[in-house]
Amino acid sequence: MQMPVPNPAVLDRRDWLVARLQEVLPADAVIHDPAETRAYECDALTAYRCPPLAVVLPYTTEQVAAALKVCHDAGVPVVPRGSGTSLAGGAMPTADSVILGVARLREVLEVDTLNRAIRVQAGITNLAVSGAVEEAGFFYAPDPSSQLACAIAGNIAMNSGGAHCLKYGVTTNNLLGVTMVLMDGTVVELGGPYMDAGGLDLLGVVCGSEGQLGVVTEAWLRILPKPEGARPVLIGFDSNEVAGACVSDIIKAGVLPVAIEFMDRPCIRATEDFAKAGYPDCEALLIVEVEGSGPEIDEQLGLIRQIAAKHAPVEFRESGSEAESARIWLGRKSAFGAMGNINDYMCLDGTIPVSALPFVLKRIKEMSGEVGLDVANVFHAGDGNMHPLILFDANKPGDLEKCEAFGAEILKLCVEVGGCLTGEHGVGIEKRDLMTVQYDPADLEAQMRIKDVFDPRWLLNPAKVFPLAASDTRRAAA
Amino acid sequence: MRPSDEAELAEAVRGAGGALRIVGGGTRPVGRPVSGAALSTAGLAGIRLYEPGALTLVAGAGTPLAEVEAALAAEGQRLPFEPMDHRGLLGTEGEPTIGGVVAANASGPRRVQAGACRDSLIGARFVDGSGQVTRNGGRVMKNVTGYDLVKLMAGSWGTLGVLTEVAFKVLPAPEAATTLVLEGLAPEAAVAAMAAALGSPFEVNGAAHLPDGRTLLRLDGFAASVAYRAGALAAHLGRFGAAGRVEGAESAALWVAVRDVAAFHGAAGNVWRLATRPSDAPGLAAKAGGQALYDWGGGLLWLLLPEGTDLRAKLGPFAGHATLVRASHATRATIAPFPPEPAPVAALSAGLRARFDPRGILNPGLME
Repeated sequence: MQMPVPNPAVLDRRDWLVARLQEVLPADAVIHDPAETRAYECDALTAYRCPPLAVVLPYTTEQVAAALKVCHDAGVPVVPRGSGTSLAGGAMPTADSVILGVARLREVLEVDTLNRAIRVQAGITNLAVSGAVEEAGFFYAPDPSSQLACAIAGNIAMNSGGAHCLKYGVTTNNLLGVTMVLMDGTVVELGGPYMDAGGLDLLGVVCGSEGQLGVVTEAWLRILPKPEGARPVLIGFDSNEVAGACVSDIIKAGVLPVAIEFMDRPCIRATEDFAKAGYPDCEALLIVEVEGSGPEIDEQLGLIRQIAAKHAPVEFRESGSEAESARIWLGRKSAFGAMGNINDYMCLDGTIPVSALPFVLKRIKEMSGEVGLDVANVFHAGDGNMHPLILFDANKPGDLEKCEAFGAEILKLCVEVGGCLTGEHGVGIEKRDLMTVQYDPADLEAQMRIKDVFDPRWLLNPAKVFPLAASDTRRAAA
Repeated sequence: MRPSDEAELAEAVRGAGGALRIVGGGTRPVGRPVSGAALSTAGLAGIRLYEPGALTLVAGAGTPLAEVEAALAAEGQRLPFEPMDHRGLLGTEGEPTIGGVVAANASGPRRVQAGACRDSLIGARFVDGSGQVTRNGGRVMKNVTGYDLVKLMAGSWGTLGVLTEVAFKVLPAPEAATTLVLEGLAPEAAVAAMAAALGSPFEVNGAAHLPDGRTLLRLDGFAASVAYRAGALAAHLGRFGAAGRVEGAESAALWVAVRDVAAFHGAAGNVWRLATRPSDAPGLAAKAGGQALYDWGGGLLWLLLPEGTDLRAKLGPFAGHATLVRASHATRATIAPFPPEPAPVAALSAGLRARFDPRGILNPGLME
């Protein structure tokens, strides 16, 4: 992975910079001992590492602003960091950068169930937001699988999704407002505890901008009343194509499940060995979950049963209890752990039109044979967000490179059929150089103009999202 | 100018010698009055792609909204966000276009559940102020590839670019709909009732309080489910009085009237639109005086006030913002129709306009 050459002028002034940061921040908010900054050398994309120059962990928005201003005035790049769970390298440092972590901003500031909103500091974990409103009967809808650890700040930066976004949308659809600090230390407020932020939709642009436009320190989030109940059904098929067609028919029939998850045979086998959820031995399975009162759930599942029957399922297992529901979800939730147990893997995240599912799954299988690396598929089928897991051996020379090249081919395929490179993980460094596959130079130029406005010197998370060649002149001019 | 395709439209923008007034159906004259040569998108019409099984539809910006809605209805689907038709309120004629809907981020009562237009918009093509064609998003409903210019275009009223094509996530249309009607509640009680309804698990997707004192709560979905939820919701709201029920076409008509602010059609005066914290709405309405229509459980407040009222001065600071939607030319030239932004935000907006429309020719000043 190519990264920009660290700025020697910045590296030389490390001690000066640390002293300046110590002047504006509490003593324990500045970390500069190389033994400690090592902990921040990567995020969940562990193949790439680079210790930062220093790490700051402010306690308040004012401290975030002060730290950013110091770095801005000194021309030092800053890499914002939530919990470091990015699978795309979104929080990977450069050697001449300061990591700005929001881990100490974790308070719930205001719970307003009457108006269905909550204000939190951005370092709070995703699950803790739901935790704060659970007793009142509410929840926060976006549920990335890292929700126990991942921070709202990172969710906003990456516009995170989850298993339930078919019904509830992703982060951007559940974000009402932010307090954000620009690179020069200016604090801006966008939106608030009301729907539609007003003016140009800057909030919509900030969400998913991968920490390149500002550092979000607080957020207003929409909370929703918990449904009366939810129940999944597991449906097995003897081909991927048929399972894909069933997904499309369920959607067309007017049922809007909260989740439609898909697993193929390699994934089913691996999870069975690992979690022993009792999944059927079949080519593909769907887990479809619906919500409502008991009779409402029965009605929806009845309809799904009728639709599935037309596709000759080899298994139709309806949950009749909490325990059975947990069992149906067990394998799906263990899928990544199961794959990690048997091999190193790279998780892709392209989205395709649902109608292209059968074709794309078939092509991936063929490509897998040609390349000689196995692929397991587990993904959110209702919205076409695929997660092919390419298995490789990190200890085998050349295997990672082979895997990355194969991954790039799969993502190109996603774009060819009308989809995109990433549905919920973000571009980061991982897919940065593939952006030209999806976007023309003019399209990228339009996006980079946004950064020119928010961060004219290109100091915030600078080597991410855009191919280095495309952003070269801008970063050099800074 | 009425270009017949995107290339012609780009050429027209490149060749423009001065300000352009971007026109879709011409049904939403909102904002500062704009002078300049009219540039119509009506020639960019037609549904380009519709896959009911993938819940996606792509159309040229000039496609009549009615054509889009008819195509969806034929497959038992609909636009999730229930776009407002401004004709009745603004006294305009013409055919609303799907591009105009996006430019205005026009969203109706279902906003409380299904989001605004911007939440359903998954892709856009537009021509910026230099005549450059730009594409963002696509036709899939989960996409975080690069920055989200799609949302930026929604509600930008043609000031950052001229939309040429838009793509949506759509939803199944429900089998049945019911409206519960509570009579005679004061605004505070009505907002409390709506909060109780929207905070319940019964999937209320419309909550409005009308100037005539009726409070409306809408449920839709499969018939048996709607019947169950209507009963459960009525019981849940028992302390607010017995709820009447309106079904089918009559229910639909009630919500068209809320969506289009029918209560203020033809009535003299200015119409303001406030986005605010629902529980603050009754206090704001009282302070403003005049008639009030509460939508989005109180989160959207429509006010009918005498011509020339400077509502912002009257209310002082509050959580939210106020837009002057209907007023005479003269009033719209003196009172800023769009909410003034704090300096750092205004600087960002101005920066974006300068980058996307460096010559300042696209609906110049409309949002200022």
